[in-house]
Amino acid sequence: MINPGQHTLARLRGFIVPLALLSLAEIVYAMNDVHSEIIAPPHEVLRALSTIAMDGTLWNATMQTLAGAMAGLSIGFGLGLLLGAFLGISSFLDRLLFVSIEIVRALPSIAFIPIAMLIFGFGYRMELSIVAFATFWPTLLLTRSAVSSIEPRLLEVSRALGFGIRASIWKIVLPAALPRVFVALRLAASVALIVAVTVEVTANPLGLGYGLMSAQQSLQPATMLALLCWLAAVGWTLNSALLWTEKRLFGRMTSTDFTR
Amino acid sequence: MTAPLTLDSANTTRSAPVEAPANADGVHTPLGTEPALFELRQATLTLAGRPILEKIDFVVRRKEFVSVVGSSGCGKTSLLRLMAGLARQTAGEVLYDGKPITRSHQDVAIVFQDYGKALLPWRTVTGNVALALEAMRVPKSEYRDRIGCVLELVGLAQHADKYPGQLSGGMQQRLQIARALAQEPKAILMDEPFGALDAMTRQSLQDEILTIVARTGATVFFVTHDLEEAIYLGDRVIVLRPNPGRIVRTFDVNLSRPRDQLRSREDGEFTRLRHELHTLFKELH
Repeated sequence: MINPGQHTLARLRGFIVPLALLSLAEIVYAMNDVHSEIIAPPHEVLRALSTIAMDGTLWNATMQTLAGAMAGLSIGFGLGLLLGAFLGISSFLDRLLFVSIEIVRALPSIAFIPIAMLIFGFGYRMELSIVAFATFWPTLLLTRSAVSSIEPRLLEVSRALGFGIRASIWKIVLPAALPRVFVALRLAASVALIVAVTVEVTANPLGLGYGLMSAQQSLQPATMLALLCWLAAVGWTLNSALLWTEKRLFGRMTSTDFTR
Repeated sequence: MTAPLTLDSANTTRSAPVEAPANADGVHTPLGTEPALFELRQATLTLAGRPILEKIDFVVRRKEFVSVVGSSGCGKTSLLRLMAGLARQTAGEVLYDGKPITRSHQDVAIVFQDYGKALLPWRTVTGNVALALEAMRVPKSEYRDRIGCVLELVGLAQHADKYPGQLSGGMQQRLQIARALAQEPKAILMDEPFGALDAMTRQSLQDEILTIVARTGATVFFVTHDLEEAIYLGDRVIVLRPNPGRIVRTFDVNLSRPRDQLRSREDGEFTRLRHELHTLFKELH
């Protein structure tokens, strides 16, 4: 039997390995008098993090990255949702666009950085256009499959009750597809963050990615590692928030077991 | 195919004795005098070059309970889909109330076998019944009374706020029946509605459907593969044979109503029909 106390203990067990590794790094660092341009001891990383947090640069960079990622996500997700729903409903459209989608989708979105730079120059517009492109495809594909895999019996029920197309979409298709569309949103959100940071690291003088690059170039490994840890925290928070929302919205429906 | 004999489990707490019909004319009008509600004339259905139904002729009269039996693949479900307006015949005529069926009618309700797939998992019991009222554009102010009334009728009043996933199979099928009743239908088309349920639940639902039909005066077209169920419920039993689906014979069921799980099944007429149907089925295979 597991009582609640043991349960918390079991969860805390997951922190043993990272804490041990950090302590080890600290000890190794203290014993050898290293001066490195690549790594820094944990306590210095912590100090660097508090420095950039205090002077506001961390906050600014985070907002820039999130703005680029979220703006791009809303465009890419919105368009992907729309086209995906159409393709899921109409097998004609699906067959018409299938080849084009498979070809364009195969292009790595990062390859568009030079083109986007030419069109938009540096700044938000370039970053969000690439994020939009990158998030558009997974959203499109997942929405298409969510819509096309709706239980045909439900559509028949709707037909038998005499609902028109609009009412069918509103009452059956949308709510039936919503849980899987939300999974698409979660996936697209993590893609958005990855791509936004990549664009900042490689080209755009904005946000956390650019912060990482300038810390590296000015030989500040502690700041660089602090930003890295911070990015992990941002990504984790974003995903947890979406997971929590998903559970709140659709939690009771996952208990629906059709095999009974 | 032999149907299981389930004679001894009628005394369950749920199987309420079938009440006498509430409306006076439901007692015993000779059904032969009622006007036709459904009429099929030489109805033929071909799907992708394969003949499914061939030259089907029959009439379902108002307030009649017609059972259809046949082995799997004999086109029972296709026949129901033609009458539901979910499929179109390739030749012949399918009439509802004297007019050709071109689309689904709101006063014809359908109860599918796969209740789990026919219910909206994101809506509660109340919400699932409300779907039918939304389709009929019933004023919102009437929802409460009408939903309460049909849930009472199928015995789900206590579960109004549950989701389909929280209900047992029998209760889910009751919910689908409640949704059908909310349409206040003239006719109910049922496609093996109790096929996936255990014997006890099946018997109590059989009796419930008979009570409800007697009370509402609805016409029922009931597809099943259980010969005894067909006899027990029906005024007539239509037997189909496969490849392509066509009518072999039609039996009149001269059992008095209300029916009773013990008395009706021990009646000489019941055993005679059961014998004839079993023999016919053996000849067909």
